[in-house]
Amino acid sequence: MQTTANQFKNPEPAPFKSGSFWGWLKINLFSSWFNTLITICLLYLLYAFSTSFINWAFINAVWFGDTAKACPNSNGACWAFVTDRWRLFVYGLYPKEDYWRVNIVYALAALTIISFLFSFGRLKKIFRISMVTILPIAGYILLVGGYFGLEYVAPENFGGLLLTLVIASISILGSIPLGLMLALGRTSNLAVISKVCTYFIEFWRGVPHIVIIVMFVALLPIFIPDGSKIDVVVRAFIAFAAFNSAYMAEVFRGGLQSIPNGQFEASRALGLSYWKMMGYIILPQAIRNSIPAMVNTCIGIFKETTIVMLIGFSDLLGIIQISLESSDWVGPPHIFSSAYTFAALVYFIFTFGISKYSERLENRSNVDS
Amino acid sequence: MEFDSIILFEKVNKWFGDFHVLRDIDLSVVKGEKIVICGPSGSGKSTLIRCINRLEEHQRGKIIVEGIELNDDLKNIDTIRSEVGMVFQSFNLFPHMSVLDNLVIGQHLVRRVPKKEAEEIAITYLNRVKIADQADKYPGQLSGGQQQRVAIARSLCMRPKIMLFDEVTSALDPEMVKEVLDVMVDLAQEGMTMLVVTHEMGFARTVADRVIFMDEGQIIEENSPDAFFDAPSSDRAKNFIGQVLHHL
Ligand SMILES: Nc1ncnc2c1ncn2[C@@H]1O[C@H](COP(=O)(O)OP(=O)(O)OP(=O)(O)O)[C@@H](O)[C@H]1O
Ligand SMILES: [Mg+2]
Repeated sequence: MQTTANQFKNPEPAPFKSGSFWGWLKINLFSSWFNTLITICLLYLLYAFSTSFINWAFINAVWFGDTAKACPNSNGACWAFVTDRWRLFVYGLYPKEDYWRVNIVYALAALTIISFLFSFGRLKKIFRISMVTILPIAGYILLVGGYFGLEYVAPENFGGLLLTLVIASISILGSIPLGLMLALGRTSNLAVISKVCTYFIEFWRGVPHIVIIVMFVALLPIFIPDGSKIDVVVRAFIAFAAFNSAYMAEVFRGGLQSIPNGQFEASRALGLSYWKMMGYIILPQAIRNSIPAMVNTCIGIFKETTIVMLIGFSDLLGIIQISLESSDWVGPPHIFSSAYTFAALVYFIFTFGISKYSERLENRSNVDS
Repeated sequence: MEFDSIILFEKVNKWFGDFHVLRDIDLSVVKGEKIVICGPSGSGKSTLIRCINRLEEHQRGKIIVEGIELNDDLKNIDTIRSEVGMVFQSFNLFPHMSVLDNLVIGQHLVRRVPKKEAEEIAITYLNRVKIADQADKYPGQLSGGQQQRVAIARSLCMRPKIMLFDEVTSALDPEMVKEVLDVMVDLAQEGMTMLVVTHEMGFARTVADRVIFMDEGQIIEENSPDAFFDAPSSDRAKNFIGQVLHHL
């Protein structure tokens, strides 16, 4: 007995405590002379870049002022432009006296995000569902108006971050159910449905988005009688929903294909109808598997909203552009680069938020499978 | 004979494209009968039993299950399917649901059993396959043998009149085969009508009323298990038994 026990090797402590900072450094950055060399080079580049960036963005930057004259030095950022015009960026051309309506919608949107970020025990589901229903309805009534004595504000006047967020959320939220339906249609056994969906998807994917947007805005009134009565913004929304749902459809189709045939067979063998099988067994798994690609598409949609500039709308980027051309701020090129750095930062904050949230979704779904 | 039979095949033919996979199948199964189907790979065993719950459609001939003929204008295919349980080689549990929910979902959605009651029934059947302590786990956390027992319980929850088993032990490690076969033997002793595709000769000998040997889409031989394994009448069956015995 004892001799056999001696043959077992006792567990030894790992060479580095996996949790310790120095252990992590050693393993990840300095494991060989080559790795060490790369680490040192990268550290140097990081240092060189960040010192000049910090000098530009903070130390030499001008924070306040109301004309281009406030920023004479090209070695520092001109944040004065941003602080002077931020209202325009956030509210677009929305009437000043009605800013409170936009503020309520922003607050509701923030509340919706909070409802999805944190768990509120048993209230979680109710909270989320009510926010998701309240936000679009209240958002429409408050922003567009025309009800309850609220003055009508034409969607053309939205502009700025407001317009960017409205277009992005309508495109994303609209393209998900549409894309799901298209994907189910494309994988359907009924040849007619599958063909129609396939060509619909291929058409929208195959034509440049700029062409689609211009077509919708300029040509729709010619093809459809009374088409000119459809608001230009609504036409743009339809165009966005159309081509983005085609991309979403392909994302979901990938997810559907990742589900083994056995799942379909087991569901059918239990007697589940097509819709119950899809709703309870197939789609929950397929959508979960689609999350990374879905997020990729959502980020793409968010950034692509900037093409509405081409049909004369002023989204965040458009309004920055217009402000740069206003007589107060026409000036040296570093104002221009500061403005675009700011725009980049805003877009990055939103897309980074989307991707962080999806990471959480993925991690959570790994737990129970 | 015909009137007692719970499953009846008459001159059933099926093609996959140009490939004639089932050829003139005649088969009658009476209530409570246990039938083992064996034969070489690709002989059409799976296709045969999958025609019974219409996972596959036949093109010619007649299949009658519980007095209902399976044909194109069958409206209540889902009803038939809930009466015919099926267990697969690859378990096919729903990985995004707990073991308990795997057993509840069919009862709740198809049989419209209230959730609470469905859960009680589920626990009863999990007890019968000796796995009730795993009810809250997810399928991915169970061993193959445990998963297959859950799959059997999932089918039984639907109170089926017929159970189909398609090589349910072939994907299992040897030490887990017995725990699954034990459950099936219990089920057989309770009088369930069973069609079992398997090469487990011991199981066939203890449980089967009849062994059906298939090759190239046809039923070549039909006999009692002892007669079949000890003295097969066709050369193909002899060959097959020789090979299978060799591997055991
Ligand atoms: N969906 C399908 N499409 C085309 N051919 C198929 C399909 N399913 C099965 N076949 C073919 O039909 C034949 C019979 O298949 P089946 O699965 O019924 O055989 P089996 O007897 O169960 O074999 P195994 O022991 O390997 O499971 C095989 O040659 C197989 O390649
Ligand atoms: Mg098979």
